[in-house]
Amino acid sequence: MSVETQKSPQPAPESETSEDRRWNTALRDIVSSNASVIVFAIIAALLMAAVLVAAANAEVQRTAGYIFARPSDFFTAVWDAVSGAYWSLFRGAIYDPEAQSVVRQFKPITETLTAATPLIFAGLGLGIGFRSGLFNIGAQGQVVLGATVSAFIGFAFDLPVGIHLIVAVLGGVLGGALWAGIAGYLKARFGANEVIVTIMLNSISGFLMSYLLTTDAFKREGSNNPVSQRVLDTAMFPQIMGENFRLHAGFLLALIAAYFVWWLMERSTLGFKFRAVGLNSDAARTAGISVNRIYLYVMLVAGGLAGLGGVSQTLGTEGVLQEGVAGSIGFDAITVALLGRSRPVGIIGAALLFGALRAGSPLMQTASNTPVDIVQVVQALVVLLIAAPPLVRAIFRLPAPRKEGAA
Amino acid sequence: MKLELRGITKVFGTFTANDSIDLVIEPGQVHALLGENGAGKSTLMNVIYGLYDPDGGEILLDDKPVKFAGPGEAMAAGIGMVHQHFMLVPVFTVAENVILGFEPTKGGIISLGEARRRVKEISDRFGFNIDPDTRVEDLPVGAQQRVEIIKALSHDAKIVILDEPTAVLTPQETDELLEIMRQLKNSGTSIVFITHKLREVKAIADKISVIRRGKIVGSADPTASEKELASAMVGRSVSLTVAKEDAQPGDVRLTVKDLSLITSQGVPLLRDVSFDVRSGEILAIAGVQGNGQTELTETLLGMHPKAHGSAQLNGEELLGKSIREVLDVGLGFVPEDRNKDGLIAGFTIEENMILDLHDKAPYARGMSLNAKVIEENAAKHIEEFDVRTQTSKNLASQLSGGNQQKVVLARELSRPLQLFIAAQPTRGLDVGSIEFVHKRVIAERDSGTAVIIVSTELDEVLGLADRIAVMYEGHIIGIVPKDTSRDVLGLMMAGVDYDAALTKAAQHETTLSAVSDETDISRGGAL
Repeated sequence: MSVETQKSPQPAPESETSEDRRWNTALRDIVSSNASVIVFAIIAALLMAAVLVAAANAEVQRTAGYIFARPSDFFTAVWDAVSGAYWSLFRGAIYDPEAQSVVRQFKPITETLTAATPLIFAGLGLGIGFRSGLFNIGAQGQVVLGATVSAFIGFAFDLPVGIHLIVAVLGGVLGGALWAGIAGYLKARFGANEVIVTIMLNSISGFLMSYLLTTDAFKREGSNNPVSQRVLDTAMFPQIMGENFRLHAGFLLALIAAYFVWWLMERSTLGFKFRAVGLNSDAARTAGISVNRIYLYVMLVAGGLAGLGGVSQTLGTEGVLQEGVAGSIGFDAITVALLGRSRPVGIIGAALLFGALRAGSPLMQTASNTPVDIVQVVQALVVLLIAAPPLVRAIFRLPAPRKEGAA
Repeated sequence: MKLELRGITKVFGTFTANDSIDLVIEPGQVHALLGENGAGKSTLMNVIYGLYDPDGGEILLDDKPVKFAGPGEAMAAGIGMVHQHFMLVPVFTVAENVILGFEPTKGGIISLGEARRRVKEISDRFGFNIDPDTRVEDLPVGAQQRVEIIKALSHDAKIVILDEPTAVLTPQETDELLEIMRQLKNSGTSIVFITHKLREVKAIADKISVIRRGKIVGSADPTASEKELASAMVGRSVSLTVAKEDAQPGDVRLTVKDLSLITSQGVPLLRDVSFDVRSGEILAIAGVQGNGQTELTETLLGMHPKAHGSAQLNGEELLGKSIREVLDVGLGFVPEDRNKDGLIAGFTIEENMILDLHDKAPYARGMSLNAKVIEENAAKHIEEFDVRTQTSKNLASQLSGGNQQKVVLARELSRPLQLFIAAQPTRGLDVGSIEFVHKRVIAERDSGTAVIIVSTELDEVLGLADRIAVMYEGHIIGIVPKDTSRDVLGLMMAGVDYDAALTKAAQHETTLSAVSDETDISRGGAL
């Protein structure tokens, strides 16, 4: 009976591979959690965050002091704090009816799209890795390299309009791909654990960028600030909604990339190999697929996509290379990829959610006095909850999924 | 102690694994529970053992209804279970394993002396010959099983459940186990013996219950013929013997010479293995699990680049080639563990059908997969190999073991082959699927392919082989004709060479081969 055979213990394989397997199993569990769990996880995270918003609010704290005397004061204060915070989050992220001009009313949603762009790219890259059985957490470093190379090409060379942009973009892709390729090569050739290698490469990339920003090749003339020269206009993504909005063509490129990833994973022979290796590397090897070579390819493709995340920052949003250019994109992208179940459409959706949280949080801070950190808490809670589907199901009384192969 | 089940029902989702089962196990009886894989035997036993909570029905011990919340309570009530996959900690000693979960303590400190005494006492009583201080990982499989039995008995089990206990044993070890079962029975212990092997049932059982699709479909006396038992198990008449013409061997296809494989720790897995296989013949490789058969097939496939020696297919050296290249030369390979190496559970049936061909025309056009051709290919094979599924878009994990194996076979046999290697091709399959798989293997042989079958089941080896190679500790102890007796093969599997095995087998006949193949006596069973 399949039920029993699933339970029966396998003879323990070599320790290092069992370690790998554990990662893969955990990863697969998270990635394969079903859509309703994810939706409810987001709702639950927002509810839990609401508790923190209320607890941190001065008015709530004050009214709590005499809660038994006048409970209504307390509950009004809680409602004001929570609704105020989420309302200003909405105004900052989607649409602001209280703004003075039409441009300002609609600016929030474009800001959300702008913030989502690098997350889509990096999330797509990570998603490919996750589906191929690689726990690549090096998107941060790949974003940095993509940003660095594209910015350098952007300001250091003088190329014709159009060609300049293309060369700079490709440079960024190559930068990210090769950076990830280091981890891929080490894993393929020596079996180095990609988790550790990519974490280390993240640190190295940060210091590499810091160092480069002190060199004459990058530095602005006569300045000692760690900010690079400005990328030439010929290498910048066009603004797709005019001067008033920061939204740039990188967003469209991100949508194209998502389509490309869908084609790659679902319709191409290479994606077939990626998925085969990710789901069962033993069977893939037995079927003649060179698993190690695939690891390298996966990292190259994933790194290239993450590199585009950096490109969209330097050639689109920022226009310069500076210390904070990559922010925490590479790390947020891990959540985005997990939340989006490593599928392109899901990743776009998750990136938009995170873009919205990011775009809306400054207004939330100023308008309702809620700390921006709440946004981080929401993000963390979402991950925590999707990592524990039974918990979410218990909270919302969702039915447990039928176990496959019970028959 | 008498164990009675009344209307036990266990449902998983929409699947009814046990459908109101009634069963009475009388004291001091060996009660065989016979059924195909997936018939619901193990589920039923797990219900008795407190691992599953039944959805209906009740369990009675000596006519008193009982309810077990877990194995602990079942054990306390006198029920012991020996699982198919041993539940032992390899680095613990026998004594430590036996007391695991019920450690006798003195002032908070585990008292191993008491454990040793218990092991010694039981071991002596039944002549198990087990030293309580040996580490379990150092024991042979048969002895490990005896440790499991000691463990059950040490909790004063009055009813011992043995779940497919002979799957891992050589014929001689099986014989020893049957002897132990007989002793237990004589000392008043009831035994529930779960198996799908007819021979063993006939050799030891006092009573046979046949279970099919979650229901008890009948009971039989041990005198019923194997054919009757098999038919009851499957629900239709089956042929147990493999119908085949004599082989028409052609030229030598595969020549293996001095093939050796040594692990990085210096442990030899293959030692100077030499044999050849002709076109149109089946060489069966017999042996107890873990004597190098797996490594031999993997080496031929190209999985172990460090192997040395030579393996030539049509004069072309296979060693040093990548797996891809070996497959392209014309090797079809059915791996021994289909879930690990043969299939991708999360892939659809379609995708699994082209696992090794996905980047070749017509399945691929440039970088793109050709969805239409892939679907048509799957439809064709599903039809030809009788894979039971609603659609080719179903995941492989949704198929039963037999249908999964058909998918693997369909894939491997769908291209022109020079050499076909199938390791444990019918492991875990029901009788009906076994019949089908064997037919396909013979058909492949008759089309002129050289075939290697690796099997630990002697029935399968004897049924399919044109010649038999017996492996022991990484080398081939002898290549013998297909009509070699079970006893001789059994002795060779334990490391005795052919001539010595012949002499020895003449002096002693094992219980199982004494159960003659075509017992066609009184149709006493109420089948």
